[in-house]
Amino acid sequence: MPMHVGLDAAGLITSVGPTLAKLIEGPLPLKVAFLKVFEVRRPAGITSIETLRERAGARLHVNLRGKGDAFRGLAVPTQGGGILLNLSFGIRLIDAVRQHALTDADFAPTDMAVEMLYLVEVKQAVMTELRRLNLSLQGAKATAEQQALTDTLTGLRNRRALQMALPALIAQGVDFALMHIDLDYFKQVNDNFGHAAGDVVLRAVADALAVETRASDTLARVGGDEFVVLLPGLSDTTRLAQIARRIIDQVMQPIEFESTTCCISASIGLTISTLYDGPDAARMLCDADNALYAAKRAGRAQVKFYQPHIDLSAVTDDLKTA
Amino acid sequence: MHGLINRSIQCFLRDTYGAAVWMEIARKAGLGFDNFEPLLTYDASLTESVIEAAAQHLQRSRETVLEDLGTYLISHPNLEALRRLLRFGGVGFLDFLHSLEDLQEHGRLGLPDLEVPEFSLTDQGNGQFLLRVSQLIAGVGHVTVGLLRAMADDYGALVVLDHVGIESGQELVAVLLLDHAYSQGRRFDLALPVG
Repeated sequence: MPMHVGLDAAGLITSVGPTLAKLIEGPLPLKVAFLKVFEVRRPAGITSIETLRERAGARLHVNLRGKGDAFRGLAVPTQGGGILLNLSFGIRLIDAVRQHALTDADFAPTDMAVEMLYLVEVKQAVMTELRRLNLSLQGAKATAEQQALTDTLTGLRNRRALQMALPALIAQGVDFALMHIDLDYFKQVNDNFGHAAGDVVLRAVADALAVETRASDTLARVGGDEFVVLLPGLSDTTRLAQIARRIIDQVMQPIEFESTTCCISASIGLTISTLYDGPDAARMLCDADNALYAAKRAGRAQVKFYQPHIDLSAVTDDLKTA
Repeated sequence: MHGLINRSIQCFLRDTYGAAVWMEIARKAGLGFDNFEPLLTYDASLTESVIEAAAQHLQRSRETVLEDLGTYLISHPNLEALRRLLRFGGVGFLDFLHSLEDLQEHGRLGLPDLEVPEFSLTDQGNGQFLLRVSQLIAGVGHVTVGLLRAMADDYGALVVLDHVGIESGQELVAVLLLDHAYSQGRRFDLALPVG
């Protein structure tokens, strides 16, 4: 047995297996007391050869003194009062193999050490592949999210979708209106009732937009509480003002969240493609945004149209009455 | 067929002939993708299509392509893990040859759904062996010849290998072991170095 230690009745070492001899390095401690070379850590209290003999058959935890090596072992009595110990590396096998450059020949044919090393490498190889697969799936997921056109919270289109839909609409050459909506008092809802309440409000606004617009309109949430609506075929300001007003009224309906009621409103800025010789997506978004800014400045729940050739501070005529 | 097997074929073609050639073979095989995932399972017909497309595109016989695949599996640095796993089979080439009979079970230890061909070895005396390999794919014997040749080099053994036919669903490989310690062979440490 390559990992055995034989003791005589006095507890002196009479033989050492070749693998253990390798670990001891230096002259074999024959005729030396076992407990001077090794320390029995567990069970506690094994300080003499008699106490070791009493624990024959028990699982022993043994250290090689002066080295880092720890073993599991078994002691069995032999004829003539001696003891035969068989040791193994247990779970520290890999470190031991590495540290002492052990080979197949260093293990007993009955020892499963090599099989364990094999399994560890199989596990490592499979884990490496799993990790790679996970990373690649994670990358694919990120790409898919990036390419997604839907705002996951409200189910409306997102900014990316708007950036594709607006130029497409311009290219079609039909007249259309662009509505930029920003919620009033949304920050208060978030601050007072938390983000969960804010999310409920945003979903309620999305529902309100869906109710007040046509299926052919594009509804997008483009920021925290900002929405853009594209209304193809609509360029009549009176009609648009009515729609905008209805959206605001709808949004102003109290929204129940748990035991509280959230009240918000909305400001709306509008621009129409017929105001431009050649409509440009960025320009229209900017103009609608400026009209929205004017609506905000005019107080909450207002609707303003972009007015070309007029200084921004003089954006005219709110449409309260429309 | 297990993704690991498909992936091995993909890596063999890519590492040996370049990414562009692999992409072209994947296209000709009508895969619809250019990357096998090693832990997924694919329809067996895809494996067949890739082997066919590879032989055609490279203008080499199916046998040669498969034999090169076998050699690649052992000798390419990218697949060092596989070489190591096979080296656990034994201290010398003869041990390794016998360990092939356990290969199926060893494979299942790691990946329970991995298809591994069944090997059975007959010792005919005087260093002659007959290895029967179950036909996981047609030409599995040629993969085996390539693989054994590379493993013999790895162990430093001198062998003569021959694909000698097919018999009731098993491909026959004749092994003549001339010298088990012909050259130094490659080093094998039981434990991987740290890092």
